[in-house]
Amino acid sequence: MESFEKPILKVNNLRKQFGNGCKKCEDMSEDVLDKNYCPECGTVYACQDVSFEVYNGEILGVVGESGSGKSTMMQCLYFDKEVTKGDAYISNYKDGKSNIFKESSQQKRYIRNNVLGKVYQNPILGLKMDFSAIGNIAEKLIASGNRKVDEMERRGNELLEHVNIPLFRSKEEPKNFSGGMQQRVQIAKALSNNPPILLLDEVTTGLDLSVQANVLDLIKKIQRELGISMIVVSHDLAVIRMLADRTIVMLNGKIIEKGLTDQILEDPQKPYTQQLVHSLL
Amino acid sequence: MENLLKIENLSKSFTLHNLGKHIKASQDINIDLKEGKFIGITGKSGSGKSTILKCIYRTYLPETGDIYYNSEKLGKVNISKISERKMVYLRKYEIGYVSQFLNVMPRTTAREIVKQAVLEMGYDDEHANKEAIKMLSHFELDKELWDSYPNTFSGGEKLRLNIARAMVKHPRLLLLDEPTASLDYDSKKKVKELIEQLKNEGTTMIGIFHDIEFMEGLCDEKFNMQAGKFI
Repeated sequence: MESFEKPILKVNNLRKQFGNGCKKCEDMSEDVLDKNYCPECGTVYACQDVSFEVYNGEILGVVGESGSGKSTMMQCLYFDKEVTKGDAYISNYKDGKSNIFKESSQQKRYIRNNVLGKVYQNPILGLKMDFSAIGNIAEKLIASGNRKVDEMERRGNELLEHVNIPLFRSKEEPKNFSGGMQQRVQIAKALSNNPPILLLDEVTTGLDLSVQANVLDLIKKIQRELGISMIVVSHDLAVIRMLADRTIVMLNGKIIEKGLTDQILEDPQKPYTQQLVHSLL
Repeated sequence: MENLLKIENLSKSFTLHNLGKHIKASQDINIDLKEGKFIGITGKSGSGKSTILKCIYRTYLPETGDIYYNSEKLGKVNISKISERKMVYLRKYEIGYVSQFLNVMPRTTAREIVKQAVLEMGYDDEHANKEAIKMLSHFELDKELWDSYPNTFSGGEKLRLNIARAMVKHPRLLLLDEPTASLDYDSKKKVKELIEQLKNEGTTMIGIFHDIEFMEGLCDEKFNMQAGKFI
């Protein structure tokens, strides 16, 4: 059972701070740990000692209120932000022996292009709005070294079809697409190099219910058919209930509770998690 | 015959932080369940029946005590202490849970719901479809409903779909959480026949029933609960 319990991604003590810190907060005293900023110097600790694992083929949910550090954690993992401290290992990259946060920028680019895919809440961050839909996918394929136009076109069309974008619209710019379609193009782009891990940051936020159901269905289908591991960040507990096998709860930059998703929702242990779950409509 | 499940001194209580309350749900529960047997638990609402099942399925975190389960792949494990990863595995392949409620992805047809349970075990689409059809017919869900969304189904239809979804995985242990609640007499009779069928096929089960007399003749052992304890 050793390989069964070997994580595909392991994150240890990730910290992201904004500010230089002071003597008081550098030793992470109780004051700082209770909030996410230092009352003395104003340094914000967006993520503090965040540690977790993601296993092969599973969906890990991350919940918490706005400002709890969910998105910062995802940005650090995708190298959108540099971590202050901590390490992370991906089993598909250098046999899981190299701390990805310590890699060179060239290697980080390689990881972004081949090992991770990310879908942002705001499609403007994930897509080039004045490239065509298929051009967005080609961009990612080119970044990982692909140069054959016909092959890229075939792959692009295949991916767009997979996310239900009609092929006659593949040459259109995503800025003309609806919110749901833009998210689906982002998902296609993120999948273009068959990454083993997909990071999804509030991907259904702002979509109406019927489009949301569509995107959720697509995510589940991708996980089932491609066996990709995913981290899904959402403040919508219903989304997490539908998708995630396990869930972590964040508050003030820290993980305060972890568990099976239904256990977190039906038998939350911490006061904050109970409050969060009880606010579910 | 070997025990498939052995519960020793299981207790579970809930701490409601905002109300400053501590509620004892189940206390000192002991159960021995042998392979192929069916245990029925009854008791009033709030007596702690569901708590036991939810602890076995790990929807609730057991507080004290042990829940030993003899897994086909993982060997003898203590569900109270097992890793989440292993519990996800057991749910996927060995332990099924059926309640009167149907929690499913929106806009998913009955056939898809049953199919997905097979697909997540790693089988291909063709096999999943075949198994889904087999189960939906087996549990007599009207053929016209197979490709409809279950939010319009009656209670009995939802329940049969729920059982089909759990049974398509051929679980070694099936947990039935008040499957007859809120059903009319005819639907209840149907559920009883289904359970009888499962028992004859060798499925090991624990079921919770408000009206256990309805299960007369089916249970190998019965427990009555009051205020969180077996009496």
